[in-house]
Amino acid sequence: MKTLITCTVNGEERTALADTRDTLLELLRDRLGLTGTKEGCGNGNCGTCTVLVDGAAVCACLMLAQEAPGHDILTIEGLATGDALHPIQQAIVATGATQCGFCTPGIVLSAKALLDVNALPTDAEIRHAIAGNLCRCTGYGKVVEAIQSAAAALGGR
Amino acid sequence: MTFPQLRERIWSVYVPAGLDLRRQSLQDFDYERPQTLAEALALLRGGDARVLAGGTDLIAQMREGRRSVGCLVDIKGVGELTGIATTAEGGVAIGAAASAATVSRSSPIAANYPAVAQSARLIGGVQVQNRASLGGNICNAAPSADAVPALICHAAVAHIAGPAGTRQLPLEELFVGPGKTTIEPSELLVSIVLPPPPAPSAVAYLRFTPRREMDIAIAGAGTYIRLDRQGVIAEARVALASVGPTPMRAPLAEQRLVGERPTRALLEEVGRCAAQDARPITDTRGSGDYRRSLVAVLTMRALADCCAQLGIDVEAPSK
Repeated sequence: MKTLITCTVNGEERTALADTRDTLLELLRDRLGLTGTKEGCGNGNCGTCTVLVDGAAVCACLMLAQEAPGHDILTIEGLATGDALHPIQQAIVATGATQCGFCTPGIVLSAKALLDVNALPTDAEIRHAIAGNLCRCTGYGKVVEAIQSAAAALGGR
Repeated sequence: MTFPQLRERIWSVYVPAGLDLRRQSLQDFDYERPQTLAEALALLRGGDARVLAGGTDLIAQMREGRRSVGCLVDIKGVGELTGIATTAEGGVAIGAAASAATVSRSSPIAANYPAVAQSARLIGGVQVQNRASLGGNICNAAPSADAVPALICHAAVAHIAGPAGTRQLPLEELFVGPGKTTIEPSELLVSIVLPPPPAPSAVAYLRFTPRREMDIAIAGAGTYIRLDRQGVIAEARVALASVGPTPMRAPLAEQRLVGERPTRALLEEVGRCAAQDARPITDTRGSGDYRRSLVAVLTMRALADCCAQLGIDVEAPSK
């Protein structure tokens, strides 16, 4: 069955004709064409589908599209301002904290959720914040480094 | 032209109208979002309805085909199920749909039940904690449920509503087996009520996982001790995870504690008692013998943590 879903995505009110069975991930990727959010495991273990719902990091594969109305959703597409990348994205690029890039959108959004509430995170706090984001290429050292440098760029220190 | 428009355009040419070839990851279901407890209970009377709170277990199970659901009853719109309130007795009532993140950040819980807040931070990673509910962690009835031992140690009482009214029972009596509770399909876990912690007392929960986060406990142990004025243990609870078909109390360990002063030798002996109480299976995550060894060490260390909270200097246990 089809249903109309209206929610705020990247600051804009969006309405899509979705299947009632759609997950939020399917709504974003298949109905709204926002394919920056990736599907990895589909069961909440890998974090590649991380988006922010009202500022909180969640796995889009574990939330129904029908749960989205009334919520403010931020995907990786909503982070840059025009051509200017968000400081977290810039830091990932500058540090080389990405390899194949599949996990990167999720990691960037987990980092944003952290830095929004904790401008001066310790390495341990960063590792806790990205524990739900699996990277199978490059490891986490440079990711932690990048998030620290983003925190500095955002004025945390 | 946006991507979906382009895709619809292509499909309109090549795919007969009404046929949706796109893989749908979930089977069909109705979705209801009641605003009151009465509405939620009415919807649950439908038969193959299932409560949806955070969905972090349920949606994954539905996708894997392990659970077929006719109607999802999303209870997050019911205020009394999502809040955390202090009770008249000075305890706290945690709405069953309150998320693990809400529980771990709640000031009354952080102040009086820190082991519960810490346990909530062990469930999955941040993304899961932001969705997963405390009630779901209980009703999913995994023997490894991280939130449960600390709640049992705090003498948690489950409040359940059903067509015939409400009933209450101690949390540990809710569990029947892996994935099974005494909650009927027409019933709903409303809240978990914790009495005010008596003074001086302490609770701790420790688990062992190969990976520090995002992992399932191979074994876990929660402990509670209350001291009398002479510094003797007047009351004790030991709750074990992942070493039986359900989260379980450890009666031998509890009996051994009561009437004693905490010493390193006692804690080590109580650990061995808890290992005897455990009923572990051997599976891919660990052998039964290994789990028993873990229970002994975790129980001892959790008790040492309780002692440290109470300012008792128990010589650091070995191992």
